[in-house]
Amino acid sequence: MNNQNEARDVLLDLKNIKKYYPIQAGIFRKTVGHVKAVDDVSLYVKKGETLGLVGESGCGKTTLGKCIVRLHRPTSGELRYKFGNKYRNLLSLNKKESLDARKKIQMVFQDPYSSLNPVKNIFTAFDEPLKIHGWSNADERKDRIAELLESVNLRADYMYRYPNEFSGGQRQRICIARAMCVNPELIVCDEPVSALDVSIQAQVLNLMKDLQKELGLTYVFIAHDLSVVEYMSDRIAVMYLGKVVELASAKRLYYHFEHPYTEALLSAIPIPKIGGEKRQRIVLEGDVPSPANPPAGCRFHTRCHKSMDICKTQAPTFRPLKNDPDHMVACHLADTADA
Amino acid sequence: MATALVTKQKRIKKSSLAKRNLQKLLNNKLAVLGLFIVVTMILLCIAAPLLTPYDPGKISLFERDSAPGGEHIFGTDKLGRDVFARILYGGRISILIGLSGALGGMILGVVIGSLCGFFGGILDAIFVKVAELVSIVPQLLLVLILSTIIGPGVPNLIYVFIFTGWVATFRLVRGRFFSLREESFVEACRAFGIGSLSIAFKHILPNCLGPVAVQLTLNTAGFILQEAALSFLGLGVPTGVPTWGNIMNAAKEIITITESPWLWIPTGVAIALFVLGVNFFGDGLRDVLDPSQL
Repeated sequence: MNNQNEARDVLLDLKNIKKYYPIQAGIFRKTVGHVKAVDDVSLYVKKGETLGLVGESGCGKTTLGKCIVRLHRPTSGELRYKFGNKYRNLLSLNKKESLDARKKIQMVFQDPYSSLNPVKNIFTAFDEPLKIHGWSNADERKDRIAELLESVNLRADYMYRYPNEFSGGQRQRICIARAMCVNPELIVCDEPVSALDVSIQAQVLNLMKDLQKELGLTYVFIAHDLSVVEYMSDRIAVMYLGKVVELASAKRLYYHFEHPYTEALLSAIPIPKIGGEKRQRIVLEGDVPSPANPPAGCRFHTRCHKSMDICKTQAPTFRPLKNDPDHMVACHLADTADA
Repeated sequence: MATALVTKQKRIKKSSLAKRNLQKLLNNKLAVLGLFIVVTMILLCIAAPLLTPYDPGKISLFERDSAPGGEHIFGTDKLGRDVFARILYGGRISILIGLSGALGGMILGVVIGSLCGFFGGILDAIFVKVAELVSIVPQLLLVLILSTIIGPGVPNLIYVFIFTGWVATFRLVRGRFFSLREESFVEACRAFGIGSLSIAFKHILPNCLGPVAVQLTLNTAGFILQEAALSFLGLGVPTGVPTWGNIMNAAKEIITITESPWLWIPTGVAIALFVLGVNFFGDGLRDVLDPSQL
């Protein structure tokens, strides 16, 4: 397995990640069930690429992102991360190694308005993480902060300003700079532009792309806006109800999708063209089923327009396609290698 | 590169928070007035020996009940003690009780509130029940019980105020923590590996200090009034010690109220002025400490 990872230049390998939240009821707080926010997800992230994670609200993409940054501890599974040339499970590190690993993986949050502490100026917000991660010289830290602010196209003297003095786009750029202050290799971006204006979105996305090119960063890019994900990602994983249903390169996914859910999602992207190509719009009926009590068989069969009898009883496994082993899908209809 | 940046930073003007906040405070006329009243009164009380030659406890039976004017600015009381001296010396004790009671309650409330609000769980459940227990007993009754157990006196009154005063701050801080700990900036701190206690006290707590400062001033004012009320009823500080409440205590009889107004009007004005000043200042402080208001 390690050899395979080595060959693909994998930076982070998720193995059977599960995150269940117990549902407690009654006076004795007995656990009566679990909300399966992330249910058995296996993915890998290659060094230097952007892996897009898409799906409806509540499908577990943010939870998965927070598991990667270890803000949530997965119920089970392994997070194998490449340190130097060795893969280590992030969930079984000791205290010192764990702090070191936090330097490697950082996160940019969805809401730029709540990601910066309103009573701390930008300097203080950057200074403390730098101090913790071994920047002992105060002058060097100040230099570093000035450099970071300039790298996200903000003036260095903004460092003594307070968050309320910035606009949403500026704040998100500050958040990106803050995530980068400890020189991470992997940044998990949790819908970093969904709270911003469309004009500002492009600005922030381009900045992120430039930084990636310049510093060789790896992104896990979480979003529900498909056009944004297509623009940013090299590979895209589509999630539904805690499971990854399809994984393919961004280009391939848009034209050679296999899963009916991906098809439905893609058909929802508006086409900016007068009298343009007619596309069949697939409207999904009903709501996402409760992740506490997911449907038997394929989780999507209750809303699938191609549902068959087998879907109701037997859950499809997540397998590579016959003609493209990098394209993986969980659907009975797909022409998979060992189907 | 590095040196260029350093020289560049020399030019970066640091807009100091303290300086800006001071400017904000100075712009608020009412707060400045409040601060002026409070500081002046505290200074007057501290400088009491310089302002009056009289001993507040010295009984002089020849000068009983003399009206203001002449040697005694505010007149004398029934035992011939100088009222002006008693107000000044009494202010020392009253302000001390009010301030230390409020400060003690604040510290206790902030620490317990932060820990409960951040960590939740059993600790939180216990202290919420304790706070409820303290607040369901009428304060007067509590004071009665406590002064029976530990006896009257200045320190004991302060303990009583701390014991009853932490609940308001505790609730305030705990509530703020519950909403703030879900904010993304807390998660960002976690992602950097900053420790829990550091997150609680260095990152979340400063967001609660505005309302806490206001609570502190309100409590100070409240406790001074309570001390006055309790001493007036004879439950607070022993009558031998001059406090604003004890001075008012002399004006219990209707004959004093109608015939010797100098016994209670100056003291009453002193209490009202000080409490008003503290409240004005507290109000201004809240605006200053909130960085989202310019």
